[in-house]
Amino acid sequence: MDQALVIAAHGSHLNAESSTPTYDHADTIRATGAFAEVRESFWKEEPSFREVLRTVDAEEVYLVPLFISEGYFTEQVIPREFRLDDWDPELWDSDGTSATTATLTAGDTGQTVHYCGPVGTHDTMSDVIVQRAQSVTGDSDVGEGFGLAVVGHGTERNENSAKAIQYHADRIRDRDRFDEVQSLFMDEEPEVDDVTEHFESDDIVVVPLFIADGFHTQEDIPEDMGLTDDYRTGYDVPTTVDGHDIWYAGAVGTEPLMADVVLERAADAGADVSAAIEQVREETGGVRPATGD
Amino acid sequence: MDGEYVDALVDTAPDGIDFDDLHVDRDPDGYAFRTPAATHTGIDEETLREVAADSPYVRNWYFWHAVAPQKDDHWAFLRWLEGADERGVTERYDALSDGVAATWGQLHLRVELTGGERRYHVRHVADADTDSEDLAKHDEPLDARDLAKHDDDGQYRPLKTAPSLRTGWAFPDLTAAELVATVDAFYPATIANWHREREGDLDVSHWRDTVSRQTGIYGVVDTWDRGDGHEHVDWVAEACCDDSQCLKRREWQYDDETDLDVDGGSGTFPCREPCSLVIAAARKWTKLEGEATRTYEFELTPSEKEQLEAVIDAVADGEADDIREADIYEGANRYRVRYLRAKLFDEDGNLAGVETDD
Repeated sequence: MDQALVIAAHGSHLNAESSTPTYDHADTIRATGAFAEVRESFWKEEPSFREVLRTVDAEEVYLVPLFISEGYFTEQVIPREFRLDDWDPELWDSDGTSATTATLTAGDTGQTVHYCGPVGTHDTMSDVIVQRAQSVTGDSDVGEGFGLAVVGHGTERNENSAKAIQYHADRIRDRDRFDEVQSLFMDEEPEVDDVTEHFESDDIVVVPLFIADGFHTQEDIPEDMGLTDDYRTGYDVPTTVDGHDIWYAGAVGTEPLMADVVLERAADAGADVSAAIEQVREETGGVRPATGD
Repeated sequence: MDGEYVDALVDTAPDGIDFDDLHVDRDPDGYAFRTPAATHTGIDEETLREVAADSPYVRNWYFWHAVAPQKDDHWAFLRWLEGADERGVTERYDALSDGVAATWGQLHLRVELTGGERRYHVRHVADADTDSEDLAKHDEPLDARDLAKHDDDGQYRPLKTAPSLRTGWAFPDLTAAELVATVDAFYPATIANWHREREGDLDVSHWRDTVSRQTGIYGVVDTWDRGDGHEHVDWVAEACCDDSQCLKRREWQYDDETDLDVDGGSGTFPCREPCSLVIAAARKWTKLEGEATRTYEFELTPSEKEQLEAVIDAVADGEADDIREADIYEGANRYRVRYLRAKLFDEDGNLAGVETDD
């Protein structure tokens, strides 16, 4: 039976580039031919979460949220708008970062939907963060002599938001690749504003765990860290702040290897995509750490 | 595909074929082949192949079963495009030789027979008569995602069905499947909803259903409905859902028993529920409309009052940018408005020096 992939992302009414990473990753996956259909869908754009499934011919759908953390969107908005009958967050049996998949029926189309956990909490997201550090420094061996800051939005409504950031910071720290790894936040302690106070290393790579570049990653964070007084004038990479060289990476979600995380989510839910995963990892520069973790 | 359609016909004939005035079956006497143009009974396979090879009915049958996408709505959409319900095969093939066109939102769609096969063409309706050489050519359906993103002025289009699709491009040579993919990229889910409506099973979610479903920052919109009135929803629909703002035809009402008082528009494809833009705007209005009115006193000349009305009209109708710089006869002309501001605003931006005092 044909299998389809549907990616669910936030999108934006105001920012034309919000959807770009979603389109890019969908195109990468589409090119592998692993799915008969690959569809993007959005909370704020079209096709909407409400209507995307009726544009899909396949009876079996892998639904992967292109969101950073478990919480409001993955537990309430997406299941409701996709009309996933009998959804209950308990089906994921998650501790906040361990959601895998639940198989449900879409109320309006009758399709079987394998509803996957968000990309942001998948283990391979740690690889993407490291890959992002490599991309921004232009050094495939970056690590020694460098600190790595993984930056998140922070809690507000959702404690899982911070959990996802800390989860990957811990995993990357355990690899002993970077001299220091620290999770920082926009609206809670430890704050990204004080980035240089949290690192001994002269060089600090800063990777925001956001899906798309936008207001937070292009305006707030660069200004908060002191890379620039006015985001419109831009900043250098690296920029020296308080004697540290800050390598600011922009949203991790724009890294091409993100397509691999989407595929991994579908694979964990039973999709037959192992060849596609190999292909995407090769094309996007993703290599599994030799030591594993 | 020369010959493929004949092979397919011979393979399928034992099961019987009855499609678009083509009737083929096999019995102990041989094959029977009937169309409005010809009847052959008791013929052998070789004869069947000969009569089939020259028959548009066979090519038509083959297209609809082996070439066209089989998803119900896609299939119905392609049939609609070439007027399959109104024209028999001979008449249709004559028409298709010259090309058959239809409009879908701001898309000008065209299907034409080339070498006996259907090829599809998409461009902006405003470019229907533009020389093809003057249009940027595309052959990848997903290019439509990028074309749909900004209007001719470079402004972002958050609503795909806003009547602001940019011009200057063409998809000159698409297959049936590519045509459907292109249309779906410009106007997502419009084919699916159009088809559901035609089949009588469009799942409309009215205003009440939709706002009561909202949570998070949009949960507040549910509180905007008080008592029996729905005037505020009429205003929402007039503001956002008019044909001048969105090409979908609004089918949602206040609730399943209460229609809105404004027209739903004349679009080809339906709108089945308040979209995310309507809900986001309604959230703002819910907050604004929570304010009580107050009485302010301003002194205006009659012309100044009319000028304020002209400014509101120009902005609401998107015409402010079209008013010429020196056209001081228009109330919304920039010099006229700047003069009004210079005269009536105090240094804090208060109209006629009257503080808002909220």
